[in-house]
Amino acid sequence: MSIDSYPIDLNLISDMQDAPIHKAFDIDRIRAEFPILQRIVKGKPLVYLDNAATTQKPRIVTDALAGYYHSNNANIHRGIHTLAEEATAAFEATRETARRFIGAASTDEVIFTKGTTDGINLVASSWGRKNLRQGDEIIISTLEHHSNIVPWQMIAEEKGAVIRVIPVSDNGVLDEEAFHELLSEKTRFISIVHVSNALGLINPVKEIIDAGHRAGALVMVDGAQSSVHLDIDVQSLDCDFFAFSGHKVYGPTGVGVLYGKRHILEDMPPYQGGGEMIKEVRFDRTTYNELPYKFEAGTPNIADVVALKYAFEFINEIGKEQIRKHEDDLLLHATQQLREIDGLRIIGDVDRKVSVVSFVIENIHTQDIAILLDNQGIAVRTGHHCTQPLMHRLGIPGTTRASFAVYNTRSEVDSLVNGLLKVKKMLG
Amino acid sequence: MHAHPSISQIEEEIVEEFSLFDNWEDKYEYIIDMGKKLPPLDEMHKTEDNKIRGCQSAVWMVSSYSEGRVHYNADSDAMIVKGLISMLVRVLSGQKAEDIRSAELKFIEKIDMSSHLAQTRSNGLRAMVKQMKLDATVWAMKEQGNQG
Repeated sequence: MSIDSYPIDLNLISDMQDAPIHKAFDIDRIRAEFPILQRIVKGKPLVYLDNAATTQKPRIVTDALAGYYHSNNANIHRGIHTLAEEATAAFEATRETARRFIGAASTDEVIFTKGTTDGINLVASSWGRKNLRQGDEIIISTLEHHSNIVPWQMIAEEKGAVIRVIPVSDNGVLDEEAFHELLSEKTRFISIVHVSNALGLINPVKEIIDAGHRAGALVMVDGAQSSVHLDIDVQSLDCDFFAFSGHKVYGPTGVGVLYGKRHILEDMPPYQGGGEMIKEVRFDRTTYNELPYKFEAGTPNIADVVALKYAFEFINEIGKEQIRKHEDDLLLHATQQLREIDGLRIIGDVDRKVSVVSFVIENIHTQDIAILLDNQGIAVRTGHHCTQPLMHRLGIPGTTRASFAVYNTRSEVDSLVNGLLKVKKMLG
Repeated sequence: MHAHPSISQIEEEIVEEFSLFDNWEDKYEYIIDMGKKLPPLDEMHKTEDNKIRGCQSAVWMVSSYSEGRVHYNADSDAMIVKGLISMLVRVLSGQKAEDIRSAELKFIEKIDMSSHLAQTRSNGLRAMVKQMKLDATVWAMKEQGNQG
């Protein structure tokens, strides 16, 4: 198979043992797989701590992308020629790897999208248009990214449905008691973020899914921030939908995955019409293709889907447990030092979180922090993080967010801390 | 009474001041210092109408017109942007409307601050320049209307 011929070295781990989990974590070898980490920014070595926005891409992913275009490019599923067959096989191989990555029962339940936003819009538009009625309720939370708010507002407005919002405490923790009170026979759908992009907090999605099901509602999980850090098993979670983005799991931009339970997907009308999603087209009647193709109208983002497989393999090779261990160490190292900075307040300083630290510094605008850190080669995210309702609830205009990935180091955390001390001195 | 220095004269002054700095820290500390020295805009002017849309920091600006010249007052909740707009005010405030409209403002590039004009939606400097020119145009038109 052509896909095996890509010049890809997945052997990132130093030891010779078989199970990745027992291999030593070799940060230097991991970093060597990411050419961009060698960049000099404003005369200083890049310290990239904006991983919750997008992760950098390992060489195996970019090699696969180039390799696909150099050796296999063709349109998929139709052509009866060698390249078309190779491209189709590579495309479908990613679907199988994605299925395993999230623990889905079947590849029929794995739909390729443009990303998390696209996946949520697909569900809101297709499921919502068919099933929502006047007065039905959709529950989301205060922690949601705008992408998990606006699609629901749009369909709610169209159908006369009502959005109910789970509140959070002052440190951003979801109010579970309030959630249970919001549940009723009117609740038709719950869409909840697994991990808050702004604060990194992990939501108790399993409890929400189970309670939602008991109330007769469907539950969607926004996995944009969780899929790169946490073990995902959609079957044991029992969620009805799960969406995530390729570019946040070391994969290419412009590709994502939507999981949906088969019987629910089968009952949903197509989202977009076009090629690929049809079985037969007549001017008097068109029948639709089977899952998952029913939801993949038009020529998909073939190259990026093909390359996404290698992002999953990159993660699997190191193992999420090892990745978490490394990232948690960075988070702890950062949290301990940041707490020592006078006037700095971590927002969402709780135990149940991924490697994201979000904070404000008294009397300093986040934009000033970003500009002065950038001059030191340090990339962080500042602002409202597309979670304006959350910022409003917390009474802050925005935060500075540092988010750590598998390739970050303790010394980069130290650079951030020293950088912030410099910012404070300059603005003091 | 000596003549008000021209836009390009003030631009030259700023470029000269910045030529003294050989590291980014000094340069930004100077900008921050200028921001601190910018007279604060009265709270009553900090309205949505006077706000210039930028993504991360709020910038407010008001202008007035007297004897053929446009005067600006501006403020921001972020210090570096405040420093940058204080330079714009220094260059453009008190100039003739037609000179403001045709000003190229090359000093921003010359002091290596053009990244702040980039379209990243993260700051309002580009929008600030646009609004200052727009205000100048409006004042000039009003005057023409009065004369006509």
